[in-house]
Amino acid sequence: MAGAAPTPPGDMMQMHAKDVAPKADPAEAAPLLALDGIVKTFPGVRALSEVELRLYPGQVTALVGENGAGKSTIVKILTGIYQPDAGEIRLDGRPVHFPTAQDATRAGITAIHQETVLFDELSVAENIFVGHAPRTRMGLIDWPEIRRRAREILDGIGARIDPDVKLRELGIASKHLVAIARALSVDARVVIMDEPTAALSQKEIEELYELVETLKAQGKAILFISHKFDEIFRIADRYTVFRDGQFVGGGPISEVDHDGLVRMMVGRSVDAIFPARTSAPGDEVLSVEGFCHPTEFDGISFTLRRGEILGFYGLVGAGRSEFMQALFGITKASAGTIRIGGMEIRIASPADAVRNGIVYVPEDRGKQGAITALPIFQNVTLPSLARTSRKGFLRLAEEFSLARRYTERLDLRAASLDTEVGMLSGGNQQKVVVAKWLATKPRVIILDEPTKGIDIGSKAAVHEFMAELAAEGLAVIMVSSEIPEILGMSDRVIVMREGRMVAELEGDDLSPETLVRHAAGIAEGDTHA
Amino acid sequence: MTTTDRHIPDRLQSPLQTRLKSWETLLLVVAVAIFIANSFASPYFLNAWNLSDATFNFTEKAMIAFAMALLIISGEIDLSVASIIALASTAMGAAVQYGAGTPELIAIGLGVGLLCGAFNGALVTGMGLPSIVVTIGTMSLFRGISYIVLGDQAYGGYPSDFAWFGRGYVWWVISFELVLFAVLAVIYAVILHKTNFGRAIYAIGNNPTGALFSGIRVARIKFILFLLTGLMSGVAAICLTSRLGSTRPSIAFGWELEIVTMVVLGGVSILGGSGSIPGVVIAAFVMGLVTFGLGLLNVPGIVMSIFIGLLLIGVIALPRLWSRMRRA
Repeated sequence: MAGAAPTPPGDMMQMHAKDVAPKADPAEAAPLLALDGIVKTFPGVRALSEVELRLYPGQVTALVGENGAGKSTIVKILTGIYQPDAGEIRLDGRPVHFPTAQDATRAGITAIHQETVLFDELSVAENIFVGHAPRTRMGLIDWPEIRRRAREILDGIGARIDPDVKLRELGIASKHLVAIARALSVDARVVIMDEPTAALSQKEIEELYELVETLKAQGKAILFISHKFDEIFRIADRYTVFRDGQFVGGGPISEVDHDGLVRMMVGRSVDAIFPARTSAPGDEVLSVEGFCHPTEFDGISFTLRRGEILGFYGLVGAGRSEFMQALFGITKASAGTIRIGGMEIRIASPADAVRNGIVYVPEDRGKQGAITALPIFQNVTLPSLARTSRKGFLRLAEEFSLARRYTERLDLRAASLDTEVGMLSGGNQQKVVVAKWLATKPRVIILDEPTKGIDIGSKAAVHEFMAELAAEGLAVIMVSSEIPEILGMSDRVIVMREGRMVAELEGDDLSPETLVRHAAGIAEGDTHA
Repeated sequence: MTTTDRHIPDRLQSPLQTRLKSWETLLLVVAVAIFIANSFASPYFLNAWNLSDATFNFTEKAMIAFAMALLIISGEIDLSVASIIALASTAMGAAVQYGAGTPELIAIGLGVGLLCGAFNGALVTGMGLPSIVVTIGTMSLFRGISYIVLGDQAYGGYPSDFAWFGRGYVWWVISFELVLFAVLAVIYAVILHKTNFGRAIYAIGNNPTGALFSGIRVARIKFILFLLTGLMSGVAAICLTSRLGSTRPSIAFGWELEIVTMVVLGGVSILGGSGSIPGVVIAAFVMGLVTFGLGLLNVPGIVMSIFIGLLLIGVIALPRLWSRMRRA
C-alpha cells in the first residue's frame, strides 16, 4: 500500500482536483471513485449483488432506493466498515481496499451518517477533532489550533455554534451540523451524506444546500442519500438507483423525471403521494387550554375533533415535540388544562395519558418508540397487558392474537411475531409502534415526525393509514417538518415558533409560503390572519 | 383496511428449541459435572446429611439473589443487601435484650429489611441517583450503624423456638431453609416469567425510556423491586441469625458480591434486560456444590475466595463468548 505508488500527498491532490474539476465536461470526466461488481452477503440475506456506483469530482450523485435496497451497506463498504465479498473499488482508476475505517478516511472518504456517533460530554471542537486532533511539536494536543480550525469549519458551513460549548447543550439540528463539521475536518475528497436533511428544518436545509454547493466548487465528489425527491432534483447532478440490493440504473439527473425515478425505485409507479381525504370532523375530543412550560412552550390552546388531522408545523426547536411530550405526561407543564370529551383530566405520567386515550408515537423510534431488544408481540402488547392478561398473569395466546390483529392491519413485514423489533427496517419498526398504540384503542394519537427516515413506499403506507385512522374517527395530531406532508395530510395546521403558537391555518390560508413565513417569523403585513 | 393473505407466524422456533440452546441448559450440564466430580473427589460427598448441610451454603444467599435478579434485569443493582442483613440482625438482637419473642423478631427483621429497601428505592427513583452509588453508600451506612451499636460485642440469647428458621428440618434431611428456598424460587419465577409485572421488568431493563414512553410506571416498579430486595434481605437475616444464634456486626460480610456472582452466573445480564429465575436456581446449586466440594477437599478459605473471584470474571466473560459462538 504505502510508499511505492506515485500518490501525491492529500493536499496536493485536493489542489489538483480543485483545478481540474470545473474545466472538465462533467459527462466526460473520469470518475473519482468507481465501484464495480460489489457483492455483499449476510447470513440469509444478499444485501448487494454486483452493484456499481460512480462518483465524479465536483458533482453530487444521489443514491436512491427504498429501505433495504442496500444504500447503507454500500456506504459501510465505502467507509471501510464492511468488506465486500467480491468486486472492485477504484480511486482515481487505481484499485483500493479499505480494511478498516481509518484506511477509508486516509484515502479521503468521509461520511455524514444518519446517526454519527458524537460525544455529549465533549465540547463541539473536541467532537470535531476527536481521533485526529492536531498536535503541537511536543506531540501534545494543540488546543488553540483545534479551536481555531473548529471555528473555521463551522463558519465555513454557516453554523453559528460556539466551539467551546459541550455538545450536550445543543439541539438535534446543531448536533447534526457538528457531525457535518466533523466529517469535513479531515481533508475529504469524497463526502457521503446519508439522509443529511432528515433532522433539519427548512432554513437549515437551505443552508445545507449552500454547503453542498461549496463542496462541489471545491471539487469534492459527493454521494447524497435521500428520500426526499424535491431535494434530489434540486441538488443532484447524477443519480444511481438501487432496488433490493441490485443496481437498477443511473445517469445525469437531467435525463430522468420524478415518475421515472419512482418507477425505478419501486418497480412500479406511485401515482398519488397523499391519499385523498374527505374531512368531516365530528365531536370535540380534546381541548387544551393555556398550556405552559417554564422554558419550552407557552400559552398553547387548541381543540381537536374526531376524525380530524391537526398538523403542527415549525422549525426544529420550536417546542412542538416538547409540548407533545407534556401532553403525553413525559415532561411536566407548569400550567394549563386538558379536557377529554369535555372532562378535565390530569396527566402526570404517560400511563395517565394512555389511560385517558392519548398516545404518542415519538420521533426517536429506537430509543423512545420501541424496545428493540424485545420481540414484536411483546412491544405491541406492552401497554395493553391489562387487557390480554388475567389477574396480572400473562396469557401468551391472547398476546399473539392481539399483536397479530394490529400488525397485520398495518401490513407489517416480519419473519415472525417473535422477531426482535431491532431486526426490522425503520418503516416496519414504526408500524410496530403504531400497532402498539392502536391496540390500546386510543381517542387521540400524536404522531411526531411519522415518516422521518422512512422510504417512499412505506411513507405512502403511513399516510394511507393515518387517513384511515381519521376516517374511523380517531383524532390525529401530526408533528411534521415536511411541508408537503403537512399540506397533504392536515385539515388544520398550527404553526409554532419559539414555543408559542403563531398561527392556526385552514383551507385557503394553507400554503407553503404562509407556513414558512409564520414559522420563521417573517412579517409580511398584508395577509394578517 | 389493508388486507393481506400473508400470515406472520407466532414463532419460528418452539420455546423448547430456544430453551435447549440456552445458558441455563449449559449451566445445568456444569452443575451435573461438578456433582459427579465431587462424588469422585471425596468419599464423604454422597451422603444425604452432608448434602443437606451443603445447601446452607446457598439457601440464604439465593433468597436475596432472586430479588436481586429482578433488580439487575430492570437495570439497577443493590450492593447494600449484606449490610441490610447486619442491620436487621442487630435490630433483632437488640430487641431480644428487651425481651422480644419470636413473632416480634420476625416482624422486626422483615420491617428493617423493608425500610432499608424503601430508603434505597427512594434515593434511586425519587432523586434519580445511580443505584450502584446509592447502595455502595448505604452498604457502609447500614453496616456502620451495626458497628456503632455493637462495637466488638455480640448479641445472643435468642429464644429457643427462633432457632427453627435456621436449624429446623421439615422432613428427614429437608431443612426449613431449603423448603423456603424452593417456595421462593417458584414465587419469583412466576412473578418474573408469568406476570405483567415481570414483563414490565424486562421492558424497563432493555430500554427504560422506551418503557416509560409505553406507559409503564418505571419509577414505581423500580421502587417495588428495591422494597422486595430489602424484604428478602430481612428474610435472609432472620434465617442466618437463627442459624448462627448470635449477631456480630460482621455478619454476612461480603455476601453482596457472592449474591451478584450467583445472579450473573445464572445468566442474568449485568447490563440488565435479560435473565431467568431457573438460571439463578441452578447457579445457586453450582456455587453451593463448588464451595462444599472445595471444603471437603480441605481447600482453605482464602483459596475459595480466589475461586469465587475467578468465577465472577468467568461468568461475565462466558455469556459473551457463548453468544458469539451461537452467532457463528
